Amino acid sequence: MVMFDGEELGRIEEKLKEWREKTLPKWLERMPERMEEFTTLSDIKVKDVYTPLDLKDWSYLEKLGLPGEYPFTRGIHATMYRAKLWTMRMFSGYGGPEETNRRLKFLIQHGETGLSLAFDEPTLVGIDPDDPLAEGHVGIEGVNIASLRDMEIVFDGINMGEVTTNMTINPPAPVLLSYYVAVAEKQGVPYHRIGGTTQNDPLKEFIAQKTYVFPPEAAVKIAMDVVEWSVKNLPKWNPISISGYHIREAGATAVQELAFTLADGIEYVRQLIARGLDVDQFAPRLSFFFDSHINFFEEIAKFRAARRMWAKIMREWFGAKKQRSMWLRFHTQTAGVSLVAQEPFNNIIRTTLEALAAVLGGTQSLHTNSFDEPFRVPSEFAAKIALRTQQIIAYESGVADVIDPLGGSYYVEWLTDEIEERAWKYIDRIESMGGMLEAVKKGYPQREIMDASYKFQRDLEEGRKFIVGVNIFRSDDIDEIRNVPLLEFDQEEIEERQKRRVKEVRANRNQERWKRSLEDLRRAAERGENLMPYVLEAGRSYATLGEIMGVLKEVYGVYVEPPEY
Amino acid sequence: MEAASIEALLERAEKGNLRALGRLLTLIEHPTPHAIQILERLAKRAGRAQVIGFTGIPGAGKSTLASRVIGALRRRGYRVAVVAIDPSSPFSGGSIMGDRLRMQEHASDPGVFIRSIPTRGVKGGLSTAALAMIEVFDAMGYDKIIVETVGVGQSEVDIINAAHTIIVVTMPGAGDDVQALKAGVMEIGDIYVVNKSDKAEANKTAAYLQFALEREDIGRRESGWKPRLVKTSAVLGMGIDSLVDVIEEHWNFLRESGWSGRKVEARRILMAKMMAESMLSAKVMEAHMESLGYLEEVARTGEGIFRAAEELARRAARKMLE
Amino acid sequence: MSSLQSTEAVGGAVRRFKVLVAKMGLDGHDRGAKVVARALRDAGFEVIYTGLRQTPEQVALAAVQEDVDVIGVSILNGAHIHLMKRLMTKLKDLGADDIPVVLGGTIPVPDLEPLYRLGIREIFLPGTSLAEIIEKVRKLAEEKRSREEAVTGVGGC
Repeated sequence: MVMFDGEELGRIEEKLKEWREKTLPKWLERMPERMEEFTTLSDIKVKDVYTPLDLKDWSYLEKLGLPGEYPFTRGIHATMYRAKLWTMRMFSGYGGPEETNRRLKFLIQHGETGLSLAFDEPTLVGIDPDDPLAEGHVGIEGVNIASLRDMEIVFDGINMGEVTTNMTINPPAPVLLSYYVAVAEKQGVPYHRIGGTTQNDPLKEFIAQKTYVFPPEAAVKIAMDVVEWSVKNLPKWNPISISGYHIREAGATAVQELAFTLADGIEYVRQLIARGLDVDQFAPRLSFFFDSHINFFEEIAKFRAARRMWAKIMREWFGAKKQRSMWLRFHTQTAGVSLVAQEPFNNIIRTTLEALAAVLGGTQSLHTNSFDEPFRVPSEFAAKIALRTQQIIAYESGVADVIDPLGGSYYVEWLTDEIEERAWKYIDRIESMGGMLEAVKKGYPQREIMDASYKFQRDLEEGRKFIVGVNIFRSDDIDEIRNVPLLEFDQEEIEERQKRRVKEVRANRNQERWKRSLEDLRRAAERGENLMPYVLEAGRSYATLGEIMGVLKEVYGVYVEPPEY
Repeated sequence: MEAASIEALLERAEKGNLRALGRLLTLIEHPTPHAIQILERLAKRAGRAQVIGFTGIPGAGKSTLASRVIGALRRRGYRVAVVAIDPSSPFSGGSIMGDRLRMQEHASDPGVFIRSIPTRGVKGGLSTAALAMIEVFDAMGYDKIIVETVGVGQSEVDIINAAHTIIVVTMPGAGDDVQALKAGVMEIGDIYVVNKSDKAEANKTAAYLQFALEREDIGRRESGWKPRLVKTSAVLGMGIDSLVDVIEEHWNFLRESGWSGRKVEARRILMAKMMAESMLSAKVMEAHMESLGYLEEVARTGEGIFRAAEELARRAARKMLE
Repeated sequence: MSSLQSTEAVGGAVRRFKVLVAKMGLDGHDRGAKVVARALRDAGFEVIYTGLRQTPEQVALAAVQEDVDVIGVSILNGAHIHLMKRLMTKLKDLGADDIPVVLGGTIPVPDLEPLYRLGIREIFLPGTSLAEIIEKVRKLAEEKRSREEAVTGVGGC
C-alpha cells in the first residue's frame, strides 16, 4: 500500500517540474546556493527539497507501522516518552573505590537508582595498579578496581538488590561481573535481584575502542561465556551492550556505525545460537549503544533505520518470535569527538543538538557530554550543565510529547531509507567475508573507518565541512580556554593507595584457595569450558584482576594490532 | 672535519652508544661516500654474526614469530639486531612503517636493536641499504641479525638469499597448494614453519609441507643441509624453543661445513655489485639530464634511439672515470 | 626539487624526513595518531608508527634506533605530564634530546606551560589543522638536519 495515489503524484510531479524550470532558476540567479553540493557527515548527497515523489513506492505500514509494533521504526514502546522519559544516565567517575562509593551514595540520596561505573584504563585492559604500564594512569578516567576488596568498598553501605549498575568494561568483563556478584553474595542479595549491564562487546574493541587484550576469537568466546552464564543465572542482567559509539568516535560515518554495530550483533547472535541457546531466550537481553553526532537529521534517520533493520534481522534471519527479541533497545551518548578546545562553551550547544537528535530518534537512555571534555574528565559544574540540557529537552521543549514527531517528513523518511540501504550494503559485504569476526581479522572495518576519518579531516582542511571556531570563524583566543574551571584531584595519592591495597590483598588472602582457583581456571580455559564459574571462584578468593587476566593471557595469547593505514 | 666526526661516531657506537649506532645506520642507508668510508672501516670486523631471514606469506604472523624468536635468543644470551623491511603502501612519496610494532615488546631491551627500511623511497637501493646495515650490525658485535621481509620483488629475494638461515613462515591452510610454495623465496627455505599451529588444519598443512620437503620440491640444499619443518604458535608462544634449537643447529652446521664464511663472502659480493649498479645508475641519471635535448630530438624522429642509449652509457662511464 | 629531498645520495635516492608517531601508556584513542601519520606520509614523510600501549622508554629507544628527525606523541587520556616527563628523561639519558618532540591531544591549558618547560617543542590541541601540523613538523625536521650538518658536516645524509 503506497502513501499517495498516482493521480496526486502526477500533479505533484508536474508542479515540481515547473518549479525547477521556472521558479527556481530565477531565484538562483539572484541568490546562488552556498555550496556546490550539500552532503551529510556520511557524505550522503542531499537535494534542495523533498516531496512525496521521493517516497513514491513507499508503504506506511511496511516502513513505519505504529509505535511498539513491528518494524518498530517509530519506537519500541507504544507509549514512548509520554509514559516514561528516557533514562538520563550520566556516566563518569575517577579516583579510587572510596571516592566512587561516596559519589554513588550521593547519587542514591538524590533518587538515582541506575548507577554507572566508569573504570580507569588499567582496569579496562585488565592490569593491576602496580603493573609498570599502569604508572600514571590509575584513577584518571574512572575508578580503579583491582580485586574483590575494591568492589566491596565501592558498594559498602549500598544495597545491591535495590540498584542496577552499568559497567563499561570489555575484555575483563567476566572478572568485574564476578567481583560484583561476589559482593552481592556477601550482602545476601539473591541472583534474581542482581541487575545491571556489562558492555562486554569485544568486536568493537578491535574495530575502534582498542582496549583489546585477547586475540579476536578468544575475546568473542570469553564474551559469549558471560552472556550465556548471565542468561542462565542472572535474569535481570544485560550481559552485552553492542556498541557503535566507539566505532563512530574512531572516525566512522553514521552509515558505518550503524552497519558495523548491527554486524557485530549478528555475529554474537550466531555465536549464541551455536551454543544451543534459543534465540528468544537471549535476544531480549541484548542492548545497543550509539553515538549521536552533529548532523541532526542524519542521526535521527540512523536511529530509526537501526530499529527497523534489527527487527528484520531478528525476525527474518534468526526466526525470533517474541516482540522483545526484535527490539533494538539503545543507550546514546552525544559525540565526544565533535567537541573542540576552541571556544569550549560552544560545546554545550553542540551537545544540545546531538541530545535532541537522540531524543527525536527514540533512545532509551542518554548521556550528554560536558563541554570541558576536550581537556579532562568533567568538572561538577560542566556535568551539571550537561544533565540540565537533557532536562530542558525533556520538560521544556515539548519534543517528548509526541511519538516520533518527524515520522512522515519527506526528507527524514527518504534519509532513513537511504541510510538503511547503504548499511545493508556494508552488511552484505561483511556477510560475504564470513561475518564480522572474520572481517575484523582481515582488518576490513578498521580500514574503512581509517579511510572515513582521514577523508573527514581532509574535508575540514579543504572547507567542505565546518567546525565553528576551528575552520570557520576561527578563534585563537586562549583566554576563553584558560577560564574553563577544571576538575582537580590528587591522582598520585590515589595511585599509591591502590598499589598499597592490591599488595595487602595479595598478602592476606587464603593462599591455598587462591592458588587452587587460578589452577582450576587455567584448566577450564584449556578445556574450552564456560569460564564464568571459575572466574567467579577466583574473584571470591581475592585473585586480582591482573592475576586472573594473566592466566587467561597465557592460555589465549595477547593481541597486537596489525599495522593498518 | 667529516672524517673526524665519522670517527667519533664510530667510536661511540663501538662502545655501545645506541644513539651513535642509529646515526651510523642513517649514514650508510644511502650509498654516499660517507657510507662507503664507514663500511670500509667496519667490514674488516664483520663476518661473525648469524644472519637469519624471515619471510613467508602475508598474514602468517611473520613479525610476531620473529618477535618471539628474538625473546628466546635473548634468553640464550645473544644480542639481536633486526632489519625490518616494511611493505609500505604505494600511494605517495612517503611511507608508514608499522612492522616494528609487532616487535615493540623488545624496544626497551638494550640488547635488541630494531631498524626499519621502507620498500620504496630507497629507489633501487633497498638491497644495498639492507646489506650495508647487516654489515654494520655484524661489525658492532650483534650475534644474531634478523632480516624480515615479505619477500616480494627481486631485491627482497636477493636480500633473503644473502641470509645464513632462511625461515619460511606459512600457516594452516596456506601450504596445501605446493605449487604456491614453489614461487620465489618460498622455495629456498632452510627451515619451514607452520605458524598458528593451534588452529585446525595445522597437521594437514604440516603433512603437505613435509611431503614436499621429502620429495625435495622445496628447500635450499646447496650446503648439504636437510631443510626442516617446525610447528609454532607465535601468539601462544608454542614451539618457539624448538624453532630456535633448529636455528642454532643450522648455524652450527654452516660453521662446521665452512658455509657460514662463504655466505658472508656471497653477501659482500652482492653488496658490491648492488653498489656498483646504483653508482652507475646515478651517472646514467646525470648523463640523461644533460642530454635531454639530444634525446628528445632522437625520440621525435625515432631514428638512432639505440645509438643514443649507447652514447648515454658512454657519457655515464666517462663521468664515472672523472 | 622539494625541500624533503634534502640530500642526494650517490644512487640518486633521497633521504626523506623521518617521523616517529607514538602512542604511550594505555590510551587507546588512535584516530588522531593515525590520521596524522597518514597526512605526514601523503606529504612525503617517512613515518614509523609504534602501535598502542608503549612505555615512554620504548618510544625513546625506538626513536634512537630509527634515528628519526621528529617524535610526535598523541595522548588523550590525561596522563600526559607523567608520560612526557618519562619520555624526555629517557631521551636525555640516551643522548637523544636533540630530537624535537611534539605533542597532540586533550591537554588542559594549565598543563601547557609545564609541558613546554619539559622541552616539548609544539603542542597541538584538538582542532589543529593537518596543514599546520605538517608545516611545524617539517620546520622542526629541517632545523634538526641543518644543525646536524653544521655540527658534523654529515648531518644531511
